[in-house]
Amino acid sequence: MQIEAALGRTGLWFFIMLLSIVVAATAADSGFAAHAILVGLIAFALMWMSAARFDPVSNGRSFFKMPDGPSRYDDDVVRWGAIATMFWGMAGLAAGLFIALQLAFPQLNFEPYFNFGRVRPLHTSAVIFAFGGNALIATSFYVVQRTCRTQLAFPSLARFVFWGYQLFIVLAATGYLLGITQSREYAEPEWYVDLWLTIVWVAYLTVFVGTIIRRHEPHIYVANWFYLAFIVTIAMLHIVNNLAVPISFLGSRSYSAFAGVQDALTQWWYGHNAVGFFLTAGFLAMMYYFVPKQAERPVYSYRLSIIHFWSLIFLYIWAGPHHLHYTALPDWAQTLGMVFSVMLWMPSWGGMINGLMTLNGAWDKVRTDPIIRMMVMALAFYGMSTFEGPMLSIKSVNSLSHYTDWTIGHVHSGALGWNGMITFAAMYYLFPRLWKRKRMYSLRMINWHFWLATIGIVFYASSMWVAGITQGLMWREYGPDGYLVNSFADTVAALHPMYIMRAFGGLLYLSGAAIMSYNVWMTLAGKLRDEAPMTETPHDEAVDRPIVTPQANAVPAE
Amino acid sequence: MANKGTKKRVDEPTGTEFVGHEWDGIEELDTPMPRWWVWTFYLTIIFALGYVIAYPAWPMFEKATEGVLGWSSRGQLAEEIDAADQARISVREQLARTPIERLPDDSGLMQQAVAGGAAAFRVNCVQCHGSGAAGSQELGYPNLNDDDWLWGGDLRAIEYTLVHGIRQAGDDQTRTSQMPPFKGAFDSNQMDALVSHVLSLSGKDRSTPLGAQTFADNCAACHGAGGEGSRELGAPRLNDAIWLRGSSQEAIARQILNPRMGMMPKWEGRLDPVTIKMLAAYVHSLGGGEDFLEVAEDPEVDVDEQP
Repeated sequence: MQIEAALGRTGLWFFIMLLSIVVAATAADSGFAAHAILVGLIAFALMWMSAARFDPVSNGRSFFKMPDGPSRYDDDVVRWGAIATMFWGMAGLAAGLFIALQLAFPQLNFEPYFNFGRVRPLHTSAVIFAFGGNALIATSFYVVQRTCRTQLAFPSLARFVFWGYQLFIVLAATGYLLGITQSREYAEPEWYVDLWLTIVWVAYLTVFVGTIIRRHEPHIYVANWFYLAFIVTIAMLHIVNNLAVPISFLGSRSYSAFAGVQDALTQWWYGHNAVGFFLTAGFLAMMYYFVPKQAERPVYSYRLSIIHFWSLIFLYIWAGPHHLHYTALPDWAQTLGMVFSVMLWMPSWGGMINGLMTLNGAWDKVRTDPIIRMMVMALAFYGMSTFEGPMLSIKSVNSLSHYTDWTIGHVHSGALGWNGMITFAAMYYLFPRLWKRKRMYSLRMINWHFWLATIGIVFYASSMWVAGITQGLMWREYGPDGYLVNSFADTVAALHPMYIMRAFGGLLYLSGAAIMSYNVWMTLAGKLRDEAPMTETPHDEAVDRPIVTPQANAVPAE
Repeated sequence: MANKGTKKRVDEPTGTEFVGHEWDGIEELDTPMPRWWVWTFYLTIIFALGYVIAYPAWPMFEKATEGVLGWSSRGQLAEEIDAADQARISVREQLARTPIERLPDDSGLMQQAVAGGAAAFRVNCVQCHGSGAAGSQELGYPNLNDDDWLWGGDLRAIEYTLVHGIRQAGDDQTRTSQMPPFKGAFDSNQMDALVSHVLSLSGKDRSTPLGAQTFADNCAACHGAGGEGSRELGAPRLNDAIWLRGSSQEAIARQILNPRMGMMPKWEGRLDPVTIKMLAAYVHSLGGGEDFLEVAEDPEVDVDEQP
């Protein structure tokens, strides 16, 4: 590119910056103005980068690390994604610990920016979309290249996907703290952030499908079916659930296109399938690549993968109404939500079977390889939560569990156990390979991470089971005189010890992730920890000798 | 690739054939689906089919199928509420018949009323008065556990307050009074002396002639010469250790200069008369409930609310 092009690019950023200033100055509310300023600052940084360098094109190439040639996989986006996964993971888990402590000790609510109501969506979005989303984008770009034996299609678009997604995360997270929310679970960002994510997501779909189309393999690997299902369905869910009319194009607020129970159903159709297609299908795709690679074993059953993929995809999308049992939602919709959830049990377990049974012939690695151990634990928690889910969707169970902390426990056994563990395992696989290291800095630290995380989840899930059932039973308790026995505040007081145990579990889980961050840091620094290997085959020098024929003077046995 | 010949390659450890695909070193085995998995899947489908026949399920043009069991969530709720009402009906009927002044005579019924009132309190009253009915000094919600009453603490007075509320707009029988703001009325000497005098009424400070004079001129008309308060006017008693909005000098000065006055909604029309009666019984039972000095022969005749 010529100097005119560089000037043109500088001018473009300058224009965006000016526009941001105008928008900030005329914004209808301070949150929208803050976001305009944020965008303006980024435009300013990019303008400065374009203008200050003599050779903007090659500088741009080196900053954005465009691929050198067709003989290597394009892994820079994957590298950034892996680091972003670690960064947002720590941020999201720390926010989770903070709100867990807020629930146990309400004095920790710092008004207005750090009260529970604002930090809670920060936590859920940080772990699901920032940590999980970056892990999905990074691994999908890694896996799709290798299983298609080709480079990423549209490398510059792939870079846009990464940075655009980070901008989405920053806008969403700062928005929550500033009080900008449309109050839809897992879809809190307002209309303009939603529009931005739509653009990024379409770019993501383009890169992914483009890469599959130019593959050099005759078939599409099962991991890519799951990634594709995840990307396509999330696009659909995101667009429909966020249909809204902005109050002003210079303000952050909007009204939903739906009203009343239709709005609630749309929201939970989205919310449930965010779990189904983001946290299940996407992470199953990770599982289908990294488990066979780490175990060095073939996938257990091709037929099972076909049947469970299609049954999962078909059934999941109908299960959302089980979030609205015993509400204004018509009975027939509740019934369908429940029966589709029950039918979903085996399709979900198909993924667990295929993952666990892939270890057939390599089960000894559970003892010697902490990464395999993590994967097995992830699959075990996946199986447990996908059994618990259909069970909780049954109306008579739901009448006890709904609105209680049991739901929170269920979500976290899935999120911490399945999504967290499989992501950590995949990252442990990726870091040494992406940075061309022999192995992770320390395998023993991975083992520590495994145990801290596992014990943390046990604390979390069991305290929330107890809390949820306690809560459910206390709410419905009637005295012999026919009146409610407990007030809501009574149940809060009863749960206090459980809330402290939950926070302790979260602390353990966060400590495990902190150990991982250190381990990753040292790996990237090129260090190898001098440590005893994870397993030693016993060797006894004393018995390591041939049997000698008995001596002549030995007393023979009677 | 392994599927060139008719005989497929076999995986050594499991003895299963490969499918023949390979991606980045990952291969797939041709293991049949586990039978238990397939059969459990079928069973959940059969359960689902049975369930959608039994319960409301399929949306049609006019309305959804109703299910052969004829179940509906509204129907179930109505049944359960009906059963609970049936269980309580005799108590409620008795309560409806019994004038509130007669309630203490029947200790069994009184107990039932207190239990029902406690449940209603948890739903309707804890938001301001707190789950232990201790109120909030910061926000000016009265503590209901003590024996200091702004408007009267016998059963009938409490019921009246519940029915008509306090300073409830649109109810001409509501309990109401207004303390005028004294902003600009006193110089700072007078103000300090007045606050000290108010505190001296409960022995927390020393009075001065200036303070006593200011009090007598401005406050005694409602709060009484000795600060004993007035229940007709809802003027709080000042000569005890119980304070509605704080006992610090600043809090008292703030209340004199720019008085804040509480408002309580009327519950008539929002709760049925029996529930209001039960709430009165519960609040009365908290510890500060007062007896009637003279029990009226006819409940329609006003009773003396003063102890």
